[in-house]
Amino acid sequence: MASLRPLSRGPFLLLLIFFVFSLSLLRPIQGNGGSDGGGGGEEFSEELLLKPLPDRKVLAHFHFRSAAPPSAANGRHHHLFPKAIAQLVQKFQIRELELSFTQGRWNYERWGGSDPISTRNAKPPGVELWALFDLPTEEIDPTWKNLTHALSGLFCASINFLESPTAYSSPYWGFLSNNGNLRYGALPREAVCTENLTPWLKILPCRDKAGIASLLYRPSIYKGYYHSQRLRLLSSESKGIILEQTLTVVLQPNSYTSSLLSSSDAQLQPSWSLSQLFKKEMTGKCVLAKSSKIFLELERGLLEKIVEIRDDSWIGKFDGQVGSSLYEYKVDNSNENKPLDVGITWKLPLVWSSVHAPFQASRFLMGSGNERGSIAISLQSTQTHDQYFGDLNDCTVPVIVLQVVPWYVKVYYHTLQISIDGKPQTLSDVIEKIQVTPSEDKLLPGTLEIMLRFPCSMLSATLSLDFDKDSYTLTNILQMSYPDYDVSDDSSLLHNLQEKYLVRSYTEVLLVPLTTPDFSMPYNVITFTCTVLALYFGSLLNVLRGGLVRREIISQKDSARPGLVPLYFLGYLPAKE
Amino acid sequence: MAGERGEEGGEEGDPNLKKRAHAARSRLIVRLGAFLVSHSALVSVVCCVAGFITLFLLPVLAKHTYISENALMPGSANPLFSSQDVNEANRFIKGIIHKRIEKEEAGIELQKFIGQSIADVGAEVHYHKFSPHTNHFNPLHFFSSTSNTARIDTNNSCASFGVNTVGIIRAPRGDGKEAIVLVSPYNSQNMEYNEALSLGLAFSVFSLLSKVTWLAKDIVWLAADSRFGEYNSVSSWLNDYHNPIFSRDSGNLDSISNDCHHWNEIRIQGANSNFFKRAGTMAAALVFKVMEKKEKGDRDCLTMYAEASNGQMPNLDLLNIVHYLAVHRQGLRVKIETMGSLLNSAWVKFTGEILEGVSRLSKSLNPQWKFDVTTADYVEGAATLASSMYYQALGVPTGSHGAFRDYQIDAVTLEFLPRFYLRNENAQSTFLLRSGRLIEGVVRSVNNLLEKFHQSFFLYFLTAPNKFVSVGVYMIAFALLVAPLPIVAAALFARAKANEITTDDCAEKCTPIDTKESEIATGSWKWLQAAKVLLMIHSWAVIVSLLPYYISHMINLNSTMSMLTWVSLSISTLPFLYALFGSPFSLNVEWELLKAVMVATISIGLGLMSIINFSTAQIGAMLLVPMSLLVHPLKAKMNVNALLRAALLTCNIAFAFLGFPPVALLVAKGLSEGFGKLSIGDFWEWMEFLWEWNSATYLYLLWVQLPCWLLCIHILLHPCSRGDSRHKQ
Repeated sequence: MASLRPLSRGPFLLLLIFFVFSLSLLRPIQGNGGSDGGGGGEEFSEELLLKPLPDRKVLAHFHFRSAAPPSAANGRHHHLFPKAIAQLVQKFQIRELELSFTQGRWNYERWGGSDPISTRNAKPPGVELWALFDLPTEEIDPTWKNLTHALSGLFCASINFLESPTAYSSPYWGFLSNNGNLRYGALPREAVCTENLTPWLKILPCRDKAGIASLLYRPSIYKGYYHSQRLRLLSSESKGIILEQTLTVVLQPNSYTSSLLSSSDAQLQPSWSLSQLFKKEMTGKCVLAKSSKIFLELERGLLEKIVEIRDDSWIGKFDGQVGSSLYEYKVDNSNENKPLDVGITWKLPLVWSSVHAPFQASRFLMGSGNERGSIAISLQSTQTHDQYFGDLNDCTVPVIVLQVVPWYVKVYYHTLQISIDGKPQTLSDVIEKIQVTPSEDKLLPGTLEIMLRFPCSMLSATLSLDFDKDSYTLTNILQMSYPDYDVSDDSSLLHNLQEKYLVRSYTEVLLVPLTTPDFSMPYNVITFTCTVLALYFGSLLNVLRGGLVRREIISQKDSARPGLVPLYFLGYLPAKE
Repeated sequence: MAGERGEEGGEEGDPNLKKRAHAARSRLIVRLGAFLVSHSALVSVVCCVAGFITLFLLPVLAKHTYISENALMPGSANPLFSSQDVNEANRFIKGIIHKRIEKEEAGIELQKFIGQSIADVGAEVHYHKFSPHTNHFNPLHFFSSTSNTARIDTNNSCASFGVNTVGIIRAPRGDGKEAIVLVSPYNSQNMEYNEALSLGLAFSVFSLLSKVTWLAKDIVWLAADSRFGEYNSVSSWLNDYHNPIFSRDSGNLDSISNDCHHWNEIRIQGANSNFFKRAGTMAAALVFKVMEKKEKGDRDCLTMYAEASNGQMPNLDLLNIVHYLAVHRQGLRVKIETMGSLLNSAWVKFTGEILEGVSRLSKSLNPQWKFDVTTADYVEGAATLASSMYYQALGVPTGSHGAFRDYQIDAVTLEFLPRFYLRNENAQSTFLLRSGRLIEGVVRSVNNLLEKFHQSFFLYFLTAPNKFVSVGVYMIAFALLVAPLPIVAAALFARAKANEITTDDCAEKCTPIDTKESEIATGSWKWLQAAKVLLMIHSWAVIVSLLPYYISHMINLNSTMSMLTWVSLSISTLPFLYALFGSPFSLNVEWELLKAVMVATISIGLGLMSIINFSTAQIGAMLLVPMSLLVHPLKAKMNVNALLRAALLTCNIAFAFLGFPPVALLVAKGLSEGFGKLSIGDFWEWMEFLWEWNSATYLYLLWVQLPCWLLCIHILLHPCSRGDSRHKQ
């Protein structure tokens, strides 16, 4: 079967997905704003997006949105909006905040790299937290510390480890443009579990008792290949607080028994439905929700020949995306007798691929041994330039790299080397902007922000940085915090939208095996042998100087005779008890 | 602390008291030292004998292995590898055999088939292209692993490249920091059935692992194209993994092979499959091969190979889990290499019988003593220990796992020997089931690791698959052998000094010598003359060690010719150096001083070598220490009876003969293989082997053993006339 590759009008359409998708989220606000005016004004909406992925998996993206109008309107009390969050925002003067708990890695190659789902919801494993404060600069660090503790209590996670100044950094423009009021921290080792999900669900008005959240049956969502729960806060004077909670899971539908079919002849994609995926049925909406919808995203043209939609009660169809269509379902119509069971059945095998980002980034360690090493970041073009850039010859792509390195890895920033397509480049030619915050021992992680400008026709680029491993840390294996790795592309097609189209991708976590003061056998042997050798050399030198034996034999009458090395005074050292 | 206090007190103390205290303190140490030095002959004999006895006792002192790292938990989960996976393996084997028959001149078909199978499983695949490396001897880059492997970029045809297929399973819930590597080598040009079987085994394990949910570390499967040697393919992949070159010169692989249509075919076929893909830090690596069995056995066999370059070993825990799972879960027979000639050797058996007698005696004295030795056990242990020591001492890896150790990755080669002939379908299925479960178990165990392997030993000898001698035990033998060296050196020096003082006193009385030169020639600095000789001989040895670099560049020389050139060049350099620095005989060096200095350097050389490669130092010490301790000029007079003197002379000559590295090698080879096949070229070939693998043993042989042997020869032939001539003066 021919693969359905995105056409050249991709990015425009791609952004439309985003547009349409967010439009559907925004619509209730507008409606609400019109009818209710200032009366309460709090609202809640819930949505679920389902999408088959090319590698037999299914993406499920839960999206819950609560909004509270500016606090002046209703004082301290809220009807729907979680009070804990509102207090958080007020106490710490948060302008923007994002907290994510992730298990597993987003596969940029197979699950897509530039669509809104992957750019916004692909997060690094563990915990990531960033916040923009509306505070004077000197108050930000103490506030951040308090915030980490508050969140730690709220979400049953060790976010409080981020309070240490070695754990967070304040990038100036590498992550988001800001005036020094952004703090960014990540805990890669944080294990994510149901105990983090439960408090997250508690914030929802219906919890997981009704509505879309009732699908969240723990065994099935934690069995997936990717699990990322995210909480995003936006607060402003004019709009009040907007809380977005998303949960992105990638599941393997097990409608076919993998044991019966071998890997070679199971060409047919697995068919699935909501109840099979989550082992739960969709029986009605959360009554507090303004809207409750389920979207099914399919590659366009799949419907007629290849895929059959199980439940054809969809009420709307959005068309015209990058080879995909969105089908909208209303949860309102379902009840316990007639559960909504969205799903698809494959009739013919199909191979297609997701929308790739223009570059695929990976990061790795180079070198071996316990002393030196280097970090390399490599960018490989996915050969989809024509979707993003018009003329290949005279266009350039801005790429922002943010690299946060813990203090125990000493990076030599002057060793930065950049090569494009195998040719080393002069740094000034490719670097547009660079900001280095060197690390301080036990105080500050090193931060490197670079804005690079690469030619669009570039096939591969590599950045490398040398580092030293410090050996005086006691933990055996330590890991580096994540770099954020941002690729932002100027697209000529998008000029009419007057905004940059940003693709963000996170690279792999790196593990730097450090030398440790390990009192194991080799260490003992080396120490022992060296001690013996030192003793031997010392006494040999002494003897050769003619001191010892000679003195013994000729008695001590000429002991004042100076030798080559004045060792004789050693004899007087421990003279008395 | 006591010393400091003493010093402070001593400042104001009575000078007489101070002197007395000083004398009392120094007397103990000096007396002890003087006692040892004065009894140096006895001490050295006792230490040497004790050293050899300890060495022969090592098989008895071996301990049972145990799993030291708690996180490993081998065998705690039921294996998931089932008959369906065996079917998968069988289907894969059939497919690959079919591919091989289909296309006689295979090209890249096999790699493509493997790659397609990996992709079907849902894993990432990429092809790694490499060119064969030849090892050139480059003395300046001895310990650096990369620089001595020069790339051949002469002919640009497709046939001169190997293509490895690499599959990567990303652990579904892991974070991709670490990876476990499975390696299955096969020859893409001429594949045997057993190689297809090992590929099938690897594939079935890989496809199982792609479905399991417990993975925390990524899995990398390297189907290594061993057309240029197993080690070569693995090491070039590892090199590209760890030290990629970004800025390529004109002669790079990609530009050369652009016209190679096989490669382009792959490029088109797999999107992104020619990008080098990585999977984090490697935690451990398993290399496995299936071998064709020649004779029937009662159980499937598994042989472990662990020795990497310069005697480095993987962590003992890795061997332990393999052994534990193979023996206690899958019922395989686990073997390690043994030295076959020792198994039938009479004197090892004799030693074993003596030890058995001793153990029986000790049991009759006190049944509580757990000193249980049987002859068979001892012989087996000794043979295994000997081979373990030999392969470590050689400093050459015993398989492609050695390439991993260069990057501090623990790796082991598992060689499966099925009980039946491979074509037997039933037997093949049960064999695949067992070995698949074993590999799955090992992977699962390593997957549990939270830290890198560090709990168990890195320095050990194996005396059986489940018995080991740790460094703390085997060091005793070496320490005992080396201990007498400094004592003997001091004794000889003191003796020479004492002689001198008596003559000095006389000289001072008779004719006072004032000039500096004469003081150096005769005074307390006389050992400098000996040191000068030593330095000269050592610089000769360095020159000799560099000569092969130039000889290997000469064309059309067979090994015998090269060897003869090397020997003749080496010998001809010596007179040249003599002319430059003066020959040791003309310098009028006392043999005692020369021996003292030589013994001192030997102890330094052995000490240094024991840090680099312990086994080499151990084996070297067994030869060097008696040789250097016994050496005595043939002409010197001795105040002992004729019998002892004759024995000493014979020993001297025998050691001087055996101590010469080529002779030692040829004798060892002759003893094991028979003297019929010996040729002079053997030594050249052996040396070539050592430097190609960057073995430090080469340096040891030429920088420590050879100069010491030459010095011994010098001492043996010493004229011993100096003392007489002096007396005449």
